[in-house]
This record gives sequence, C-alpha cells and structure tokens, in this order.
Amino acid sequence: MNAAVETTAILYVDGVSVSFDGFRALNRLSLIIEPGEMRAIIGPNGAGKTTMMDVVTGKTKPDSGTILFAGRHDLSRLDEAAIADLGIGRKFQRPTVFEMHTVWDNLLLAVKQPRGVFRTLVARLSGAERDRLEEILAITRLTELRERSAGALSHGQKQWLEIGMLLAQEPALLLVDEPVAGMTDAETEQTAELLRDINRTRSVVVVEHDMSFVRALGVRVTVLHEGSVLAEGSLDAVSANERVVEVYLGR
Amino acid sequence: MLTRRLIAGWPGMLFLLALAAAAVLVPFANLALPPSSPWHVPTHLVVLVGKWLCYALLAIALDLVWGYCGILSLGHGAFFGLGGYAMGMYLMRQIGTRGVYGHPELPDFMVFLNWKELPWYWWGFDQFWFAALMVLLVPGLLAFVFGWFAFRSRVTGVYLSIITQALTFALMLAFFRNDMGFGGNNGLTDFREILGFAVRDQGTRAALFAATCIALAGGFLLARWIVTSRYGLVLVAVRDAESRTRFLGYRVDRYKLFVFVVSAMMAGVAGALYVPQVGIINPGEFAPTNSIEAVIWVAVGGRGTLVGAALGAVVVNAFKTWMTGAMPEVWLFALGALFVLVTLFLPKGILGTLGAIRWRRRPPPADAPALATEQGR
Repeated sequence: MNAAVETTAILYVDGVSVSFDGFRALNRLSLIIEPGEMRAIIGPNGAGKTTMMDVVTGKTKPDSGTILFAGRHDLSRLDEAAIADLGIGRKFQRPTVFEMHTVWDNLLLAVKQPRGVFRTLVARLSGAERDRLEEILAITRLTELRERSAGALSHGQKQWLEIGMLLAQEPALLLVDEPVAGMTDAETEQTAELLRDINRTRSVVVVEHDMSFVRALGVRVTVLHEGSVLAEGSLDAVSANERVVEVYLGR
Repeated sequence: MLTRRLIAGWPGMLFLLALAAAAVLVPFANLALPPSSPWHVPTHLVVLVGKWLCYALLAIALDLVWGYCGILSLGHGAFFGLGGYAMGMYLMRQIGTRGVYGHPELPDFMVFLNWKELPWYWWGFDQFWFAALMVLLVPGLLAFVFGWFAFRSRVTGVYLSIITQALTFALMLAFFRNDMGFGGNNGLTDFREILGFAVRDQGTRAALFAATCIALAGGFLLARWIVTSRYGLVLVAVRDAESRTRFLGYRVDRYKLFVFVVSAMMAGVAGALYVPQVGIINPGEFAPTNSIEAVIWVAVGGRGTLVGAALGAVVVNAFKTWMTGAMPEVWLFALGALFVLVTLFLPKGILGTLGAIRWRRRPPPADAPALATEQGR
C-alpha cells in the first residue's frame, strides 16, 4: 500500500480491486470524496456498489489498491469495529436494526461512547446523551415510538431508525445504502431532506436506484459499472452520457 | 433504583424470596425439628435439593451465554467439573492420615499408584483459600483461552457448539487417565472434612445447603447486573445481529469473551458446591450428556430469563429423580420427549410462556425478555 499519498479527501479510494472466485467485483476502482461532500452512487445490479461499501467498512479486504480515510487511516488494515470507531457509519440496504430492543435502546447502542467491555458494564446515561437521543428521536419522528420494540416498526420507520442510529454514532462519513427502498413518496421526500440536513455537518455517500430521489438530492453522481467508475458529474450530465445510457438500457 | 433493576419484577422477587426462605427454613426444619414432626426435612432431601440448586446455578451461567449472547455452549459441564475437581482436591488433602494408607500428604490413589511425592499441581490445595481461588481461576482461564481463539476466529453457531462439546469430551478422556493424577476412573471421594467440619455431618450438610442458596442468589444478581447494563444491551444485540453490532464499533469477540469467562466461573462455583454435597467427583461429570442436559434445563425453564433457567434445572431434575426411581429405563426417552415437546409447544419455556400470558392482559406486548434499561423509568 502506498502510504505516501497526500490527500485532503475524507475518503480516498485508488485502484481498488476485489475478486470473489474469479469474479471481479471491483476493478481498479478509484473514487475521491471531499470533506463535507455528498455523493450519490448509481449503477446497475452487480456494478459493485455494495462491495465498495463492504471494502470501505472493513467487511471485505481489498486484493489491491489504497483506501485512506481522512488522508491518514489505511482502512484496508483495520477491522469493522475499528473503522466504525474512526467515524465511518453505515446504513445497510435491508434495514438492520436490533429487533428485540426498543427504539430507544437501539439508539443508545449506537450513541457515541467508549465501546470497551468494562466501560459499557458501568456506563450510565448522561444528561448530554439523553438530550442527544431525544433530539434524534425528534429528527427521525420516532419520539412517540421510543418504547416500541424495533421489530414492530414499519419498514419506513426502521429505515429512519437506522438513519437515527447513524446520527447517534456521530460519524464524519456516512455510507448510506438504498435509504428509500420500500418507502412511500412522502417518506422519500422527507428522507432526501433529512440527508441534506445531515450533510451540513458530515460527508455522505448514498447508493440509490431511485432516480427521482437522486434528483431530489441534487448532488454530484458517480456511475459504477462492472466494478469501476463509468462516469461522474451532475445527474443531467451523466444521464446524457451515451455509455451510461447504453449500460442502463442494454445494448 | 439499582435494586429495582436487579430484581426484575415478580419472577426475580419470588425467586430471591424463595431462596432466602429456603436458606433459613430448610436447615432449621432439618436440624431443629424432631424427625417425628410433619415439618421435619430429612437430611437426604436437604442434600438432594442442594444438588438441584447447584444445577440451577449452572443453568443461570449457561443462560447468560446462551439466552443473552446466543452462544450455545454444549460444554458447560467442563467448567462445572473443573470447579468440582478444584474443590475435590482440597477435600482430598483434608483427609490427611485418615486415608486407607495413612499417608500424611498423598491421597490414597497416589499411594496406590506408587507415587512418591505430590505432583506440583496439587500444591496449595491444602489451603481452602487457594482451592477457592482455583475454583474461579481454572474454569475462567480455560474459558478465556478457548474463547480467545474461538471468538477471534469468528466461530459461531453450530460449529462453536460442536467444539464446546469436544472440549468437555476431551477433558473427560483426560481425567479418566490414571497418570493425570486426579484419581482416574474413580475420581476423588471419601472426603472427611471441609473447613474443619465433618462433611457427612448433618450440620455441615445444612450449612452447605444454605451456602448454595446464597451462591445461587449471588449468581443471579451478578447475571442480572450484567444483562441490565449497557453491556447487556450489546450482548443481546450480538445475539440478534452480530455483524451489525460490529459495524456500530463494538468488538464482538471481547464482549463474547467476557461473558463466557464470567459464565465459566459461575459454573465452576456451582461445581465446587456440588462436590462436598454429593461426596464425589469423577470424570463422568465431564460426560457430554451432562452438558446437553443443562441446555435442556434452560430451554424448559425459558431462555434469556435467568429465573427460568434456575426453575428449569430444578423442575427437570425433580422429574428425573422421580422417574429414575419409578421407571429408570424410560428416563432418557422422557428427557428427549421433554425437549421435543418444549421446543414445539413452549418455545419460550415455562417462564417465557407465563410471562407472555401475563403480558396479554397488559399493554403492548414487549416481545423481548423485559430488559430494564438505564432510562431512569
């Protein structure tokens, strides 16, 4: 790995390749996210969007290439917990909340705090934490449902709870995988608003299929195809790109 | 507030009250009431129930890892057995010159094997404090080393269950060997004294019973403290969505390791209390079937409830005592049938089902075992 790279980017991905049983999920992928930026990533199925997130969050180790966080942390050497602790939060495609726990406890698990065994054994809820969680409940419109077990929430509410958990983690970079899958139009609209709001203080990478949602976000778009970047630019520019049209519509 | 958190509503309250009552009333009824009194508790019953309560502590230890963290250990008998052996070694050394061969230092079986001196790992066991420390440390260390490798390698589910089973089986084979220095096949027995009191004395037995009640209550409160802390929230999160927990920044392997070691130590204490009451410890305690039976107790009583685990241990063992007396050849079939029936009809176990019935009459169903959190309710 080239540690001599100097970059101001919050996320610097250069020439990353990953293969599964001979299938190249990522093929010399390069991507730069600047601090404070929100980026939308689109691409057909199998383009490598989720694998890209797996590599950044430590779930999958890259075969080659460089991944730097904030210009100095080599993510390919760290495990999931260490990466999460550095300040990269992830929302999964399928909402994954702790179904047996209440909404409140889900947020309490996510809230930024020392993660060590002995620290959590004796941890008490501080006033600041309580205020923060109340605030997140209000933002995600889950205040009334705080005592409800997360498994009993609707699909859209689970998506929101997961976004709330991300907020509670206070990450510098959020990776959000298909946040509006299965949401109603109104919910989609609110989610776009919420992400824009979050983006005021944090960098965000959103993977999404829903084009109207991407349009609503109004940010720079990266198109992935067969594990590498096909095009990058505004949504209008990439939709006008011939190769993008070809990939999406089939040749 | 802490008291409320630890007692856990009516099951915990009843459980602790019952234990407190048993710790006082059973020894009283055994020692102070004449055998002619209808309230007299015969000594054999004191010993029998004391044994069940040791099993109940083992069940709580198992419930802590299985019910709350999803680690299905099929080898908890190993930790129980090791705790038992540590206590047995102390009791052996208390025999002194009163053994058959009258050797001041060597236990009978060593003299019989023509050993000339005490092996180093028997040193210190003539001191109660040392043995008591070993009751905690030996199972704890084994659990630590085993868990360190297993959890870091992310061995989970049925694979983990199988290697825990292998662990206890390996220990059984090792302890069967005479040259291990633990009495081989016969194990350790023929105990005389514990802390200067005759082991077979009625008063000693009553005291051991009371000590078991106290240990069980202590184990329960410790387990409650763990599962109601924020650490406990993480444990359940690991059980339900392990990789998600990792993405939240928790080192899942360390969380598992801690609870596994605590649980092993608790099982060790249960074993240590068991041995002076039954008067023997042999490699049979490591038999895989023992560990599996413990899993059945927890399943019958209700996983993830702690009180249920203890209840299950007592109920199943009472059933076993009755059945092995009435029709011994049917017992294993009955145990198997019990497990199948509970899995099919009472998946939440006795306590979980009782809880569900109660909740139905109350506002929204908390489908989780009610966990009090630090919300300051």
